[in-house]
Amino acid sequence: MAEQLDANTEQAIVEQVTASRSAGTALTIHGGKTKAFYGNPVSADAELDCSIHRGVMAYEPTELAITVRAGTPLAEVEALLAEQGQEFPFEPPHFGDQATIGGMVAAGLSGPRRPYAASVRDAVLGVRVLNGKGEVMDFGGRVMKNVAGYDLSRLMVGSLGVLGVLLEVSIKVMPRPLGRITLVQEQDQPSALALMQRWAGQALPITGTAWLNGWLYVRVAGSEEALSETQRILGGTPMANQEADAFWTAIREQQLDCFVGERALWRVSVPPATAADAIPGADLIEWGGALRWLRSEVGTAVDADHASTVGAISDAGARIGSESESESESESESEAGAGAGRGTVSSARACVATGGDVGADGVSAEAVRALAAAAGGHATLFRAAASIPLPSDGVFAPLSPVALRLHQNLKQAFDPDGLFNPGRLYQ
Amino acid sequence: MSRIPDERPLNPKPEVITELRRLLPAASVLATEAELAPYECDGLSAFQQRPLVVALPETVEQVQQIMRLCHRLEVPVVARGAGTGLSGGALPLADGVLLSLAKFNRIIDIDPANRSAKVQPGVRNLAISEAVASHGLYYAPDPSSQIACSIGGNVAENSGGVHCLKYGLTVHNILKLKLVSVEGELFEVGSEALDSPGLDLLALMTGSEGMLGIIVEVTVKLLPKPERAQALLASFDSVERAGAAVAEIIGAGIIPAGLEMMDNPAIRAAEAFVHADYPVDAAAILICELDGFNAEVSVDVMRVRKLLLDAGATDVRTAADDAERLRFWKGRKAAFPAVGRISPDYYCMDGTIPRRQLGPVLNRIAELSAESGLAVANVFHAGDGNLHPLILYDANNPGELEKAEELGGAILELCVAVGGTVTGEHGVGVEKLNQMCVQFNSAELTQMHAVKAAFDPKGLLNPGKAVPTLHRCAEFGAMHVHHGELKFPELPRF
Repeated sequence: MAEQLDANTEQAIVEQVTASRSAGTALTIHGGKTKAFYGNPVSADAELDCSIHRGVMAYEPTELAITVRAGTPLAEVEALLAEQGQEFPFEPPHFGDQATIGGMVAAGLSGPRRPYAASVRDAVLGVRVLNGKGEVMDFGGRVMKNVAGYDLSRLMVGSLGVLGVLLEVSIKVMPRPLGRITLVQEQDQPSALALMQRWAGQALPITGTAWLNGWLYVRVAGSEEALSETQRILGGTPMANQEADAFWTAIREQQLDCFVGERALWRVSVPPATAADAIPGADLIEWGGALRWLRSEVGTAVDADHASTVGAISDAGARIGSESESESESESESEAGAGAGRGTVSSARACVATGGDVGADGVSAEAVRALAAAAGGHATLFRAAASIPLPSDGVFAPLSPVALRLHQNLKQAFDPDGLFNPGRLYQ
Repeated sequence: MSRIPDERPLNPKPEVITELRRLLPAASVLATEAELAPYECDGLSAFQQRPLVVALPETVEQVQQIMRLCHRLEVPVVARGAGTGLSGGALPLADGVLLSLAKFNRIIDIDPANRSAKVQPGVRNLAISEAVASHGLYYAPDPSSQIACSIGGNVAENSGGVHCLKYGLTVHNILKLKLVSVEGELFEVGSEALDSPGLDLLALMTGSEGMLGIIVEVTVKLLPKPERAQALLASFDSVERAGAAVAEIIGAGIIPAGLEMMDNPAIRAAEAFVHADYPVDAAAILICELDGFNAEVSVDVMRVRKLLLDAGATDVRTAADDAERLRFWKGRKAAFPAVGRISPDYYCMDGTIPRRQLGPVLNRIAELSAESGLAVANVFHAGDGNLHPLILYDANNPGELEKAEELGGAILELCVAVGGTVTGEHGVGVEKLNQMCVQFNSAELTQMHAVKAAFDPKGLLNPGKAVPTLHRCAEFGAMHVHHGELKFPELPRF
């Protein structure tokens, strides 16, 4: 909080936008570039670097809100919150050390705790944003309840910078739970999904669920009394906390082998109770069933050497291993050794698909989208190796004609000259 | 204060009545003075206006036909749910169609596995929780009017309630909307999954006060009923100490399900009305409800009790059973009608402030109250900073309504000055248009009008509400007081 705020960075951003407007040059907006992979490719003439605009504007822990400049590193903000025993309830993925608050909000991606606490969008209270006319505007505020005017702050969340340049964001924060525990049990996908639904129908202090490689992981948080009572209800074997933390970090940061390599990764968002066979071949299930990740070899040959990836130690995996070893060496080692018999980071790392892999013959975007839509959800091509051609209509599920028109009109209302991130969300 | 929506020239087109009769059964088109009377105001009865005609469609197809007709004839349309809104959002227009969604009162589908329910917009808030109770589920937002208010209206206003701090507002508890556009097209925003592709139109639609589309179906999120709820009632001899206790509880990392404050006038009014056994000599009371997992609640009740006593509470009662817990709430939930018994009229304000400004703001409200000669009773969603000062007045005394509005306006400007907002959960409607000029500058208001035009280029959906014209703001003369630039220099702020 004692850090010196640079008084000139906002003006510098405004001036660059104003100059671009005069020159008619489109801009790619970025902070730490950690989420540059997400969304459609942008065709712009220049870059607008928001990472220069950093610093905490206001943080009063008892108000449960923090206001920060968009270029502030996410890790710094999380460390500041942790000092006060608080955190972002939506557990945002960083996808790199340079991740910024602005990128977090613009991408709108939330982590494992999302279905049990809040999404980024739920927690955003207000924004200071620069529109395409070079006007700096404040919407929302720093208070929990605010219905003055349209909710243009939440509209910015997940907008991938196509409406304006985020300058400051006010976000709701929550107390960190007193304690946590992760329980693991061996379950096939249908039984794991059934358990996730049964648990979600009860008022249990769950903060994360994942199914991976034949194992169901559930994280609960609260007081010691609550944890032991919950453990009795949920069953399963507790993981060592260090190892569990590494596991959830790996899930959140997509450091497991499922997420690495020359392939396409589909993010399939569906109603949580969607049957396992409605989205066949999901490698990883999160969010109590509401988020399913599919690898596929879009437009490429099947990975004939698939088996060799099992057990291969990715850089990320190695890092996780070394983290857990530093704190609980013997336990971690023995669990890794017994990986075939019990869910651990090491055994999970490979994330073996359990048959029915959608990607077995290479899969079309249409097929994944059709499955997702039939279930009442939608599919996004989340990551794709450079060699993989993108769907002709983009990585996001196409909009209905009315919704598309409203998107175009809103883009026009905020950025009439089309300066910001052209094409990143939709054409 | 102007008692009309934002200035627009009247352009009555009586032919719309004839055309509506072609689309709807005779009983569904109301146009006589006697038929129109019940629709002349919503919950903000200080503002009254009869519409040109009331339409009561029963099907989505009929809503589409009505919108196509009104779009073609360029007739404005005001949507109305149960008419319980407190900001005049459903105030009719003299040349407009009042589109009542009262007949859309069916619960279409309950999906216990996905913990969601698909309902029509006219379904009452409480009816949803009642319908899903057998599954151990409920719909969390609980505005005090939940017996009567409709879910469509809740979405239009982004309604809150007493449990927002933990469970959020309407925007946090809905998944999907089906809407009819101003042109009569049917479209959806959101999805049955936890997110949807593209811009977050679901968030934008929520709280948009009927300005962007007509809601014809709402998919709400349901939560499992907490295993246990426990409430404490603490008495304080000053509002400052009660306010400080709120910060202590939250600072200790506890998020109560509800955390409500009432000041002495509100306590006395409520006690006289419902006999909740409130301490009538206390300067303020706090009602703190903790819910969730049994083991967790037990621990937190003990922690909160100690925090309250350490913060200077003169008495802390823990509800012995559910009956006592509900009695604690009874007085709070009846606070508005209770004040209605002690004063011929009252005017309910709805500002939100940062919690730590509570003491200074309540003191300043007391000063403003003394200056105006009108008494104020305060009830306060203390957990999330949402303040409801109730201004007591008598409309039969000439000039008192104007005085009440003036005092209310000053209170809302005070809320903005300390870093808050002019409306936490009741909406802007026609009531707070002038205060919007205080909270937003011309670029911000212009951006909001551009958003409106993106959905409704001809300005036919509830025109004149929610966002003031720049012209009005210039007349109100408040454009210079933007973001609390020292309207109340004596108050601490961010």
